[in-house]
Amino acid sequence: MASLDAPRIVSSRRDYPDSFSLSRYLATGGYEALRAALGMHPEQVAAEVDAASLLGRGGAGFPAGRKWSMLRKSEISYLVVNGDESEPATFKDHYLVERDPHQLVEGVIIAAYALQVNRAFIFLRGEFALGLERVQQALNEAYEHGALGRKIFGSDFSLDVVLHPGAGAYICGEETSLIEALEGKRGFPRIKPPFFPAVTGLYGEPTVVNNVETMSNLPWIVLNGGAAFAALGAGRSTGTRLFALAGRVNNPGVYEIEMVKNTFRDLIYDPALGGGVIENKALKAIIPGGVSAPWFGPDLLDLALGQDEVAEKGSMLGSGSIVVLDEDSCVVRAAWRIVKFFSRESCGQCTPCREGSGWLERIMYRLEHGGGRSEDLDLLLDLSDNIAPGLTWPPQQTTICVLGPSIPSSIHSALSLFRDDFVAHVDHGSCPHG
Amino acid sequence: MADETPTSVSVTINGRVVSAAPGELLIEVAERAGTYIPRFCYHPRMEPVGVCRQCLVEVAGPRGATLQPSCYLRVSDGMDVVTDSEKVKKAQDGVLEFLLANHPLDCPVCDKGGECPLQNQALSHGSGETRFVEEKRHFEKPISIGELVLLDRERCIQCSRCTRFASEVAGEAQIDFAGRGDLIQVAPSPSQPFDSVFSGNTVQICPVGALTAKPYRFTARPWDLEQVESTCTTCAVGCRVAVQSSGGRLTRVLGLDSESVNHGWLCDKGRFSLDSVDGNEESVDVLSPATRITQPLLRREGTLQPVAWSEALSAAAEILGAHPGEALGVIGGAALSNEAAYVWSRVAREVLGTENVDARYDDGLDPALLGALAPASIEDASRARVLVTLTGDLRQELPVLFLRLREAVRRGTTLVEFGFGPSALRELAAHVLSVRPGEAHLVAAALTGRPGGEVAAGAAQIEAVRALLGEGDGVVVVAGRPNLAEDASVIETALRTLADALPAARFLPALRRSNVRGAMDMGLAPSMAPGRRASGAAGRDTRSQLAALAAGEQRAVLLLGGCLLGNVLDVATATAALSAAQVVVVTGHGGASLAYADVVLPAAVAHERRGTVTNLEGRVSALSAKVSAPGAAWDDVAIAAELTIALGREPEATSVEMAAKLIEEGTGYPALSVLADGSLEGILSWSGVASQRRALDPVAFPGVRSTDSLGQAAYAGATSHVAPGARPAGVGPISWDQVQRGLGASVPHVDAYSLRLNVARRLYDQGIAMQGSPALAGLIEETTLLAHPSDLDRLGVKSGESVDVLGVGARVSLPVRPDAAVPRGTLEIGFSTRRAGEDPVRALLDPAGTLSLVRLESRS
Amino acid sequence: MSHLRAELRQRAEELVGLYPSRRSAMLPLLHLCQEQDGYLTEDAMAEVAELTGTTPAEVRGTASFYDMFHLEPVGRYVVGVCTNIACQLRGGEEMLAHVSAVLGCAVGGTSEDGLFSLEETECLADCGVAPVVQVNHRYVRTTSPEAFDQMVAELRAGRLEHDVPSHGTLIRVRRSGGLRVDPEEIAAERASARAARAARQEQ
Ligand SMILES: Cc1cc2nc3c(=O)[nH]c(=O)nc-3n(C[C@H](O)[C@H](O)[C@H](O)COP(=O)(O)O)c2cc1C
Ligand code: SF4
Ligand code: FES
Repeated sequence: MASLDAPRIVSSRRDYPDSFSLSRYLATGGYEALRAALGMHPEQVAAEVDAASLLGRGGAGFPAGRKWSMLRKSEISYLVVNGDESEPATFKDHYLVERDPHQLVEGVIIAAYALQVNRAFIFLRGEFALGLERVQQALNEAYEHGALGRKIFGSDFSLDVVLHPGAGAYICGEETSLIEALEGKRGFPRIKPPFFPAVTGLYGEPTVVNNVETMSNLPWIVLNGGAAFAALGAGRSTGTRLFALAGRVNNPGVYEIEMVKNTFRDLIYDPALGGGVIENKALKAIIPGGVSAPWFGPDLLDLALGQDEVAEKGSMLGSGSIVVLDEDSCVVRAAWRIVKFFSRESCGQCTPCREGSGWLERIMYRLEHGGGRSEDLDLLLDLSDNIAPGLTWPPQQTTICVLGPSIPSSIHSALSLFRDDFVAHVDHGSCPHG
Repeated sequence: MADETPTSVSVTINGRVVSAAPGELLIEVAERAGTYIPRFCYHPRMEPVGVCRQCLVEVAGPRGATLQPSCYLRVSDGMDVVTDSEKVKKAQDGVLEFLLANHPLDCPVCDKGGECPLQNQALSHGSGETRFVEEKRHFEKPISIGELVLLDRERCIQCSRCTRFASEVAGEAQIDFAGRGDLIQVAPSPSQPFDSVFSGNTVQICPVGALTAKPYRFTARPWDLEQVESTCTTCAVGCRVAVQSSGGRLTRVLGLDSESVNHGWLCDKGRFSLDSVDGNEESVDVLSPATRITQPLLRREGTLQPVAWSEALSAAAEILGAHPGEALGVIGGAALSNEAAYVWSRVAREVLGTENVDARYDDGLDPALLGALAPASIEDASRARVLVTLTGDLRQELPVLFLRLREAVRRGTTLVEFGFGPSALRELAAHVLSVRPGEAHLVAAALTGRPGGEVAAGAAQIEAVRALLGEGDGVVVVAGRPNLAEDASVIETALRTLADALPAARFLPALRRSNVRGAMDMGLAPSMAPGRRASGAAGRDTRSQLAALAAGEQRAVLLLGGCLLGNVLDVATATAALSAAQVVVVTGHGGASLAYADVVLPAAVAHERRGTVTNLEGRVSALSAKVSAPGAAWDDVAIAAELTIALGREPEATSVEMAAKLIEEGTGYPALSVLADGSLEGILSWSGVASQRRALDPVAFPGVRSTDSLGQAAYAGATSHVAPGARPAGVGPISWDQVQRGLGASVPHVDAYSLRLNVARRLYDQGIAMQGSPALAGLIEETTLLAHPSDLDRLGVKSGESVDVLGVGARVSLPVRPDAAVPRGTLEIGFSTRRAGEDPVRALLDPAGTLSLVRLESRS
Repeated sequence: MSHLRAELRQRAEELVGLYPSRRSAMLPLLHLCQEQDGYLTEDAMAEVAELTGTTPAEVRGTASFYDMFHLEPVGRYVVGVCTNIACQLRGGEEMLAHVSAVLGCAVGGTSEDGLFSLEETECLADCGVAPVVQVNHRYVRTTSPEAFDQMVAELRAGRLEHDVPSHGTLIRVRRSGGLRVDPEEIAAERASARAARAARQEQ
């Protein structure tokens, strides 16, 4: 049975139709955390976040507190919030910006205060037309309310937050690409080193980039203390987390549940959550953590939803999305669609990703649609190896950014778990499912 | 100096320990150590970007060895690198295979076939068999993206060299990547074609045949090309070039990577004007610069007719012999080699007995002043703390010097610009001091804290710049003739003022015409003797000679080059002078002056002659002959010798080698001996600063052949630096008391209705290089006027409208555009630009004044 | 002469003022141009180049990187159907085929009446309501062919003008006021915060 007693930290207002309004926000304790934070020293605020062991919710899962403290050695110039959410099957930030924009804004102000940054940017996916409206509205109201601008709530802290719309490019979720887009350029990820935008970020200045959900956790952490957050979950995976469940389940959606205390099976099958596989079909595979992540077979259904737990089994919790494939789903078709996605979204600057993604996509297309050859299976693996040498997880790469090694991940998973399905495609001449 | 940073680090490459400077790029360190790592996007003259991933090598790290791009990685102490493991090989082969996957197999019809880095690396590393069975990417075959460049997008490997060149090096992002993923393509905007004056460089550095040059396309196959190294003589920067020919015809000019001069870059005028050597075959009009003169001509019954050399020589000797001394003069010679200039200078003085010699067309700076100023090399300028420019738009005047200075400023040099008019360096300048025509010396005086007078720049700005300049430590002043309508003495006075006030400053003259510095150094200027020395004898400069000819005081003139009338500003006096005089012309090309010639002697031109030239910084470099001169044209040295004989005297030098020997032995000035020392790539600088070229990387400079092989030759940064004033024995210097002082004329009163005229040089002018090259002729700039928007508002003139301009003796009508970079009260016009009918510049000029004043009248 | 209407030009200049570097306003400005013209015209891109201190080639190059910017005219309604994994598993590909047939519009094309353009999109982050359809970047949440047809009827009848404005993602995204905190103030605040922190560290 799923463990559902944990408090809702970021989705507490989900049942209010007007959850996005300032009045609802204020009526439900909004901006109290900010007032409390402003009464603390910035380092104290950061210390609470550190104590919470809040792992970044954007995908890489780096502890927010550690990122900040590492960086606070140099003076940070900008805070950038990553709301580009484009990892396929991930839709939790979409929920947060549309349904609880003030919570995000309050989190941003708290983070800015902790980092002593006076200029923050919220980069929101351009396709979130409503989300953009709601966040801008929240910002306007926050200024009005005295929570933004000069001398916030009478303190000595001032902050401007600018909402920046993206324009449709998955790669802009990668933090250095996002910074390029924020600088008005093509979203070409920057070459590393430096590894963190903190060293040379926006306009070449030290910059902290954090995800929307990461920010949205901050009001609760400040009000309840880092220890209370850390008391939830287990190990490094503390607190609750928004999971976006999609695919062949009865109740797809965004669910906030406690980390580690629940398993994949809980999330997928609990009636209060996913409610099981459609038509009670057998589950064939799960893609945890976004389509960059290696897949799991049904044997790992009882794995706990924790960052390290999933990593130990050779995949990642990533962006917190979980896609369910059932016995009728064609894994070749699914893997083809995923590689097609990467091929369309490769920024194009480095060769293995630009050319490799397209090539892999064409081979997968042939397997699915006709013309697949038995030698294609080895070719797929060999080309994959040229992008992600060794096909290990976490991956090695020949590319500038980690989009590269994400490309072959689905193909490699599908081939490893379901090689027979590939062979059947070759034998049949195309997809046997028709 | 207590410097904490280590000067050297140890790096292990394939088990061998090599030392390197900290922060050096791994790919370069490896190359120096004899390990060549394949690459495409990396170019030694641009910032590394690490995008092609061809140069991946294994670098040991805390989590084991990982693949890292060696072109991007900077070495640190203890770095352990493996470049030849199975893993590296697989990664590099993988990248190559990826690059070839979408690359068309049209090598046989590709310009780059045979000298293509992709083809070469595919041959040496590729598997030979493709595993890619699907349809390749398709785009419309070559599309024109500018006047000179075609783009074949199918061949592009997205290395971004061209787009980075455009934005990073040239500073004009007229091409950029468009699209995303494997549809990414290089693209200009339909509203702005790729019309950079540097567009040819993108063709040269493209590692495949994606960018091709329209003029070169299909003219030759790489394996048929023969090559010599030489020096570009299109302007006075003296870029090092590889000149290539096929079947006895010049086919291509490529930039060589000279550390001291051009870093491999060229401007399009230098690169694509090679057709002017042959002249436009259709052009037979001897008055046109597009016409090649191939036989001696003699005026008979009013027309120039071909004759034998002997007849022409005795006719010339007769004219020149009849008017010796004061009645005779020599004008021109800036396009000659040093050897030819030297021989003519001695013939003029010793055979013809005249001191009236001048290679400048009334458009230069005082050679004595140039010899007295503390010299700066281009390298010095590129490493200056502060650069001060007193020049026109350097991108128009001396394009590759512009690139070098632009790079310097991007790297941290502070730029102070005397703002005479629009300039491409402007956006990088820390201070722009707006200068109206006739006032540069006043601004200089104000900067040095002397009473000068009223200047446009504000007091606070003057103060800030003065503080920046200090005593001139680390200051390099670049100065030329920004305004041809202004008397040279204005800039000369400004330079003297700066030299006096900034004792530690050094000076780089922004001379425009090809070998004008060499010609002056060889004595083709009044009061100058070969070896850059003041002779003490008085002679007439070009302006005085023309006046004397017009007045009948001088009766004959020997023109070295046919373009006097095309270059001189006071064309009325020049025409009167030539009509009144007997005229002998030695020239390779036609020109308006030939209308007045009595005898024309055909000469060899660039790429047909050996010798040396001296660039604007005083660096002597070699010219090579790639093709032989057409028809009966001779080298100038031979013509001078034969003429001497015709005049009944014994010539001292009958060959270039003999002339070179005389120069070296007689003056200590380096001549052809520069060729002897291979390590100097045929170049010696004036102050003994050796110039060295980078080891040739065939991927960085595809198409260039070199005897240098990879990894062996001396490397970048090896240029030695000699204190200013160190000169070859016997050469110069000129002492300050030999330098003329004072303004040549007084500055006239300017009333509120008048505008001061600024005549600025343009790159795409009506000279031989442009008119003689079919590829370039269409690019010659149209004449337009520029004025400050507030002046146009004041006069009620709209942008683009034609206005009447009233000069001293004429009225011309031209379109005018507003440009806020033009100082208020000034009207700028391009010199030698294209216009039907009367030449407006000459019509508006006041030949007598220090500056020219005009009035504008709206036509509506 | 400004290509942007006076009101948009003013908004454009305000946007430029929000960033430390002009070029940063590139994406919002391009959105504004589409709000006016539906796609990016050469004139609009030239104006953006001027506003951002870039070249038209850079504007074009940047715009063409992003899927939401159109360099060619598009229909009044750009319909996006997601076929990415979550939607594929819930009939996204079938939905795309249906939409294409109903609108009479090939994928990547525009219907003859100029009303609709159709795009096959990548994940639109609404996978809970799959297959996902957006019209002019507004979620219309039609998961069945019938619901889609119904929505199109409403759209044609002009009953969705509010929910689905004809162009422009930022049409209702209006910032009230510019930046409030000026850089000098920031510097002063930073200095005092730094001093306070140092003092705390000493204690
Ligand atoms: C290809 C790629 C796409 C990414 N997309 C997103 C995204 O859409 N949203 C996000 O928050 N982080 C994304 N990330 C992760 C960010 O680079 C970065 O790690 C994250 O924003 C940091 O925030 P956090 O520490 O709060 O998680 C992406 C990373 C990669 C490599
Ligand atoms: S790996 Fe792909 S997305 Fe990442 S920088 Fe390279 S080409 Fe761009
Ligand atoms: S990545 Fe190093 S040469 Fe291209």
